[in-house]
Amino acid sequence: MATIDAPPEAAPATPLRRRRRFGDRAFRWTTLVVSVGLVVMLALLLWVLADGGWRAIREFGLHFIIGRDWNPVAGRETYGALPFIFGTVVTSLIAMVIAMPIGVGVALFLNESGSSWIKNPLAVLVDLLAAIPSVVYGIWGLFVLVPLFDRTVQPWMSASIGKVPIIGGLFTFDGPGGDIFTAGVILAIMILPIVTAVTREVVSVVSTETREGAMALGATRYETIRLGVLPTARPGIIGAGMLGLGRALGETIAVALVIGNSTRITASLFNPGYTIPAVIANEFREATSAGVHRSALLFLALLLVLIALGMATVSRLLVRRTTRLLGGDVAAQEEAATSTLGMA
Amino acid sequence: MSATVPAIEVPRTISSQRRTKDRIFSIALWASVVIALIPLLLIVYRVVRLGLAAVSVSLFAHTALPANMAGGGMKQAFLGTAMIVGIAIVISVPLGVLTGIYLSEYGSGRIASVVRFTAEILLSIPSIVAGAFIWALVVVALGSFSGFAAGVALTVIMWPIMARATEEVLRLVPTELREGGLALGYPRWRVIMRVVLPTAGAGVLTAIMLAVARGLGETAPVLLTALGNDFVNTNPMKPTDAVPLRVYNYVQSAYPAWRALAWGGALMLLLGVLVLSVTARMLSIRQQRRMR
Repeated sequence: MATIDAPPEAAPATPLRRRRRFGDRAFRWTTLVVSVGLVVMLALLLWVLADGGWRAIREFGLHFIIGRDWNPVAGRETYGALPFIFGTVVTSLIAMVIAMPIGVGVALFLNESGSSWIKNPLAVLVDLLAAIPSVVYGIWGLFVLVPLFDRTVQPWMSASIGKVPIIGGLFTFDGPGGDIFTAGVILAIMILPIVTAVTREVVSVVSTETREGAMALGATRYETIRLGVLPTARPGIIGAGMLGLGRALGETIAVALVIGNSTRITASLFNPGYTIPAVIANEFREATSAGVHRSALLFLALLLVLIALGMATVSRLLVRRTTRLLGGDVAAQEEAATSTLGMA
Repeated sequence: MSATVPAIEVPRTISSQRRTKDRIFSIALWASVVIALIPLLLIVYRVVRLGLAAVSVSLFAHTALPANMAGGGMKQAFLGTAMIVGIAIVISVPLGVLTGIYLSEYGSGRIASVVRFTAEILLSIPSIVAGAFIWALVVVALGSFSGFAAGVALTVIMWPIMARATEEVLRLVPTELREGGLALGYPRWRVIMRVVLPTAGAGVLTAIMLAVARGLGETAPVLLTALGNDFVNTNPMKPTDAVPLRVYNYVQSAYPAWRALAWGGALMLLLGVLVLSVTARMLSIRQQRRMR
């Protein structure tokens, strides 16, 4: 190192060049090896989970996915993960139904209207929702949202929509306590920032010409967005939703605290349920010995990561295709991507 | 900001039906922003109010008292979080920054795009999966839950965040600076270390802060790897407590005294994470202004 600090012309040419080439090569290789390490880590993660979860699948096969009986008690062990899969899917869907329209609305507001002195602080505030730790959502959900919903929203909905035939069964209110609906609402709040950020990224590349063209034809702002912006940005917005869905599926602590942790599958959204991440968090302690129980939990983790990776991949491709298709400014996209990745 | 549509008075000739639709749409957009911000305000308000009531010297100076005695604290959790996050920083900062350097300075080939894509999708793996991975890999192999395992689990989450964020800030450094360094006869790696990194200094710090903010608040991966501990533990190879874990445990307890402590811990977490995120954001805005 010290030799290189000397002015280049002061040292004999050949050894210097050789030393320099060595330094450059060593540095380049170090960064390369570390970077490839990241890929190796992902591969290792998948392998460890697949290897660990293999035993549960071999022993229970399809029953693992469609069975409703989950019993880790030694001697009577049986693993059917349907209640967890059901709870995960339903809570995530509720989160999507709530977060998508609001997230897209916020993104449109931040991109299409208002002036920047109000938009920038609002954007930061929405991003801050993503920074709140999930256990903080959990404590608030359990002590504030659950009692609030038990007192107000759920009895009301039960008394109104609950009376409607067919769908009424979804809204039967049995009594206070954690439930699937509350978990879905918490998830909606948690995924809102990511839905907003990705939608903004996509909407911002719809070209100014498209908008100006629509306005020149006399379209109102609503018509411009409805007929010009949204159709072009649609695949990317779907991508935003999928990324949010991936987040919702894997959220653990907040959901575990408010969902009530019951393995019964019931029709009403106001009844307790269970999710895949919650069961992993609640049962890993009892599964330290190498048994089927541990294997079952690891297989659930594998299931979770495969779904999340699939969602993320498709979402990324959709967003990229949309932004490319629209020929948006690459630098601006990269910047938008950073803010998305950084904060969320 | 080229995307902004100039605010134009909707002309009078537009039919009232269309004007009403436009009006309703504007209101809907405003409403979605208001709805999005209500939970933020409610959460911050509640956590600050109940949290402040629980913050006292004993929160930091004592470990837990027996159930249902008022007072006590979570000293062991603060020390544990410091240790776990410290371990995670020591491992993940070099890894993340080197990966960022590779992606930004050498990253044009096929390998780089694979690494970039991997980092991108690693950002969206559920954090509990990172925990389960290290639980099966490290905890089982070492035969004990430990602060070290928790640090490794947080690394799985922080490494890709830091790699991507570092890449982005290094890309902001003007190419002319690199060329200048090379023209002076510096080898490339010295140019990167002495010119590119210092120029992007605040940006790299931002990347690290964002990753730490994320790691600090994570509960699930720490739960599966560090397990928790009622007492102060300084051995990184033994089960260790952490603030999010303690909050998670106390939230589920039936004792009002412990629940109060949970709010205190939640406030500290929220404060730590928000301060880190906001500072990082401000630093990065300043940095971007300087670069342009």
